[in-house]
Amino acid sequence: MTDKLKIGEQEITNRFFTGTGKHSNDSIIPQLVHESGIEVVTVALRRVDLTSPEENILHHIPKGCILLPNTSGARNAEEAVRIARLARACGCGDWIKIEVIRDNKYLLPDNYETAKAAEMLVKEGFVVLPYVSPDLMVAKDLENAGVAAVMPLGAPIGTNRGLQTKEMVRILIDEINLPIIVDAGIGRPSEAAEAMEMGAAAVLANTAVATALDPVNMAKAFSMAVDAGRRAYLSGLGPIKTEAEASSPLTGFLS
Amino acid sequence: MKITVNGEQRNLDQKVSLHEFLEQNKINLNVVVVEHNYHILDREKWKDIALKDGDNLEILQFVGGG
Repeated sequence: MTDKLKIGEQEITNRFFTGTGKHSNDSIIPQLVHESGIEVVTVALRRVDLTSPEENILHHIPKGCILLPNTSGARNAEEAVRIARLARACGCGDWIKIEVIRDNKYLLPDNYETAKAAEMLVKEGFVVLPYVSPDLMVAKDLENAGVAAVMPLGAPIGTNRGLQTKEMVRILIDEINLPIIVDAGIGRPSEAAEAMEMGAAAVLANTAVATALDPVNMAKAFSMAVDAGRRAYLSGLGPIKTEAEASSPLTGFLS
Repeated sequence: MKITVNGEQRNLDQKVSLHEFLEQNKINLNVVVVEHNYHILDREKWKDIALKDGDNLEILQFVGGG
């Protein structure tokens, strides 16, 4: 199947994206990425601890992966822009997932500040993927601003609660002429498949993989579920009916 | 002289370049990005920057994240 997702100038085959946080041992990441065929991975940017410089996460990310740095830690548009510029200066491409959060309990994104940051970063030539609460008007503004995709949350970050925002995500898929990538809260492969069956362009999950007993196998399960959901979407799901409709002929019975 | 590095005050006994400072602190030069007084510096400039009193440095790198 030659069904590719195009974001910016990049063509992507595997529509399951994963994060690199929360792994008990980062050395598992290369195996996880290889065995699942994952192409897009997220990273964060933080101050180096001068007392004990940490191992570099890039060391664990296989060459050829598309790196999607996030702006986590940003509380407003200016901070997000600053982090994005720093991330690009690291020399790992110009993709950026805008994440602006100032709600510590539910970690919900600030759509207004996110939109402001998106507008600035698009002008600076970034491939912008904003993480948002699924709001149609904001998504339209982001589309007009020239972002590359919109990333609505399924449920609050790290909760594994699934596609709680389903109806709102469905509206974005219907109305926005950009890839809709469901991010955050997806806990099970079946939920990822459900998002894909609806027409989501991709799914990003981190916690669900990193906190599984067997993260390598879980990443594979997600990857397969996302592929299955995509195939189902492309195949066109059959109609839903209230009453039974026999699949076998209703004629020619034994008397 | 006093400089601020990643939000913390540091005392420097002698004049050093930014490049020397990073090396002295065993920073992996290949993976960090440095902001000097709120300007992102190209790594080619690290040797040209002589740290001075009151300078503010942010030294960052990628970590695992979602």
